[in-house]
Amino acid sequence: MNQTVQESETGSALRGAGLRYLRGKTAYFGVIPFTILIFLFLLWPTYSVVVGAFKNSEGALTLSIIKSALADPAHISAFKHTLQVSAVTAIIGAVMGALFAWAIATSKQDGFIRRITLSASGVLAQFGGVMLTFAFLATFGFNGLITTVFAKSFPHSFLARPDWLYGIVGLCVVYSFFQIPLMFLVFLPTIDNLRPEWREASNSLGGSTLEYWRRVGIPVLTPSFLGAALLLFANSFSAYATAASLISQGSIITPLEISSALSSETGAVNPALAKVLSLAMIMVVVIVMTLYSLLRRRVSKWER
Amino acid sequence: MNNDRKDHTVTTKSLSSSSAAVQLIDLAKSFGSVHALAGLTMEIAKGELVALLGPSGCGKTTALRALAGLQVLDRGQIFVDNKNVTFLRANHRNMGMVFQAYSLFPHLTARENVEYGLTLKAHKTPPAVRRARGGELLDLVGLGSHANHFPHQLSGGQQQRVALARALAISPKVLLLDEPLSALDAKVRTQLRDEIRRIQLELGTTTLFVTHDQEEALGIADRVGVMRSGVLEQIAAPIELYERPSSAFVAEFVGLTNPIRGTVNAGSIEILGARVPVLSGSVKSGTGIALIRPESLNVRANDRGTAKVFAASFLGASCRLAINLADGTRITAQVPSSDARSLGAGAAVDVEFKPMPVFVKDVK
Amino acid sequence: MKMKDRSLLVNVWRRIVLAVVSLYLLLPLIAMLDFSTKVGRHMRGLYAWRAIVHQPDLISAILTSLELAIIVVGLVLFVVVPTVVWVHLRLPRLRRPLELICLLPLAIPGIVLVVGVADIYRWISIHITESPLTLAAVYAMLVLPYTYRSLSAALNAVDVHTLAEASRTLGASTYRMLFGVVVPTIRSGVMSGAVISIALVLGEFTISSLLNYKTMQVQIVLLGQSDASIAVAVSLASLIFVFLLLVIIPTTTSRAIEVLDTDE
Repeated sequence: MNQTVQESETGSALRGAGLRYLRGKTAYFGVIPFTILIFLFLLWPTYSVVVGAFKNSEGALTLSIIKSALADPAHISAFKHTLQVSAVTAIIGAVMGALFAWAIATSKQDGFIRRITLSASGVLAQFGGVMLTFAFLATFGFNGLITTVFAKSFPHSFLARPDWLYGIVGLCVVYSFFQIPLMFLVFLPTIDNLRPEWREASNSLGGSTLEYWRRVGIPVLTPSFLGAALLLFANSFSAYATAASLISQGSIITPLEISSALSSETGAVNPALAKVLSLAMIMVVVIVMTLYSLLRRRVSKWER
Repeated sequence: MNNDRKDHTVTTKSLSSSSAAVQLIDLAKSFGSVHALAGLTMEIAKGELVALLGPSGCGKTTALRALAGLQVLDRGQIFVDNKNVTFLRANHRNMGMVFQAYSLFPHLTARENVEYGLTLKAHKTPPAVRRARGGELLDLVGLGSHANHFPHQLSGGQQQRVALARALAISPKVLLLDEPLSALDAKVRTQLRDEIRRIQLELGTTTLFVTHDQEEALGIADRVGVMRSGVLEQIAAPIELYERPSSAFVAEFVGLTNPIRGTVNAGSIEILGARVPVLSGSVKSGTGIALIRPESLNVRANDRGTAKVFAASFLGASCRLAINLADGTRITAQVPSSDARSLGAGAAVDVEFKPMPVFVKDVK
Repeated sequence: MKMKDRSLLVNVWRRIVLAVVSLYLLLPLIAMLDFSTKVGRHMRGLYAWRAIVHQPDLISAILTSLELAIIVVGLVLFVVVPTVVWVHLRLPRLRRPLELICLLPLAIPGIVLVVGVADIYRWISIHITESPLTLAAVYAMLVLPYTYRSLSAALNAVDVHTLAEASRTLGASTYRMLFGVVVPTIRSGVMSGAVISIALVLGEFTISSLLNYKTMQVQIVLLGQSDASIAVAVSLASLIFVFLLLVIIPTTTSRAIEVLDTDE
């Protein structure tokens, strides 16, 4: 009698444990739809691009595609240009955006100006690449506002002849347009976090304005500033739409090279090259984003 | 231990000579329609710790900031050591300030924070001297072992100690403390408050301490100034403030009071069977409300007593009794616990008033 | 008084910076307005704006983009938000992986993602449908970082865990807890995530153009090659639309967050 009871107790205990195990795992079922979605449209594509750079047309692993890509000076120069444009616009955007953020941060907290600039910057930073192109065509293009004004008054100035717009210089100018609001949005919280107590403490201890900025203000702001600049760099580096809609001829930056490798008008499609170039881009962006998150981590320890 | 004493003596000597006397004369400052300061006049003697006490919005912080040079005044003058500093910028006033919170530079260690003032042009000190001083001060506030920690690694109380050391590093003429304990836990608050007083006494620094906590103010100050709506209601030693308040506001703000009705004539009033003189500032004649301190009441068990205890709280050394008087008035008495043995809820008692001068306010 | 002089100088410098940057940012917008209202050499007219409604390809492309925006918002509301909330509440061990996944699109430029999804979309257009609405799936991936960030900020701002536990101990069912407690709390985060998604979908060009789907931006570029005025007019219009969206949303989040809606 005792034994039977014991056995049935053990049996039900085991069954209970099994059910409990499953029940504990049912929570995971909730994430299935999401998992399917990200697997198909994010994880698998990323994987296929990274691995595809090492696969030739038969599917075998090889470095030959990478080697041939590196051998072609066009690809190298496009990559260099991409890095240059990204660096230049990151710097311009970071400096101007930081100044702008400082100017707004020192104004009233819930004031009208602050809210408007925040919303405007939100829009401008999300400004699709195409809209940006048309904005600049309308300003500096062949029939643009500035162009026609300068054509009348200063017909020989570079603003009257808009060829520059359709090349590297133009890209730098146009990209800066969305880099500045982006920097503003990313950097404003940091400036807001500059506690007035620090300034006052430095003052009462005998420090001048210059000393405050040199010893406290700048050192505290610098990691965030650099992080934001890195973000801007990655943003500019990844941009495609503006360049595609602005520059109709030639693939002067890597994103344009990728698009022509994917779907060229001349029909010479080279998906493997697209993957190699993509891999190069991923590597740069990952490095930049890693640096960014390292900087953010250091700063977040201060920001309590 | 002996060495510590010696170091402190060195510091004491070097600091007390730089302590200064302060005079605030008719300070006024308005923010739009709000009059933060409406004619504040007071003095702080050399080496004295004066606490400015008052509810929020009374102007005490504005006064402190004006003294620091962080607040421009509409009117008034400030003298430090007989020198007019009213128009002097904050960084020329040589005052050390401790803020309520978050004032440590986050990117510097505790030691670097403390030494900050000494690295500035205004207080240029050779590195060796600076390091020695920084170490000295960190030891003074008890944080020698945390010298290389960053502010985010320190607790609130520790941060405030570093802030204090930082302010003292520059041998300030005046030490200014803006509610330094308000953001801390109760236990840390009492500990740190005594520390601050100990250090202040040892160094002999003239100090202005702003707080809204009357226990804090009474506990550590040489004199306490009670402020309301931008003016000083009364400034006196803590016991003076407590026993002889000059206004109803001061009487009620500082410590507990029991409002008991009575009639004033010929400068005295009868309270619970005792006739006592009224303090100056009270109602001169007619009905008034006397403000009685809880510990000035004697409570005795009496089966035929007219009053009844309805709640008793044991506070350790003393016992607080909530009592209903015969006429319905509810009062709070504070008696030594040893006397409160038989005085539980429901006990019938006699309440007697120990004769002492009282403040009587208007009925309205 | 020296103190007052200094703050005056700072004020002036601030105004200068504000003026310069505002001008810089407003100039192209003004130029767009100017460009789109030019008729002939010296005349002004709304011809370009009126012509917008007469472009059938453009209209259908706009509709496509709007539909895509709605679908993406739907995916966000019914797949992303529940998953993030669920992980936050019940599967804390997955929180870190989820965060990394949601930030992955920031490391993968659109131009690179399209290289990876090209094969999948080819398969989809052959075996399932040619409709551009299938783009919604990959768009949902693009908006992941932004929606995750606003959601997670909202979830952290109010300690949802404690709220959820509190409501459970008070006897609320899971359903009641989710929709009565959690959802109202994170409403502002969900809203801002949704608005950013709409802006992103409407402005997306890279993936749709390279996959040969006719969304609004693709059509605008096409139009720009034949009639720039109309293209500029449409760009400006969509910009204003998105701006209005973003302006409206902050005003709704500035209202106090309703934590417990006891009428439910």
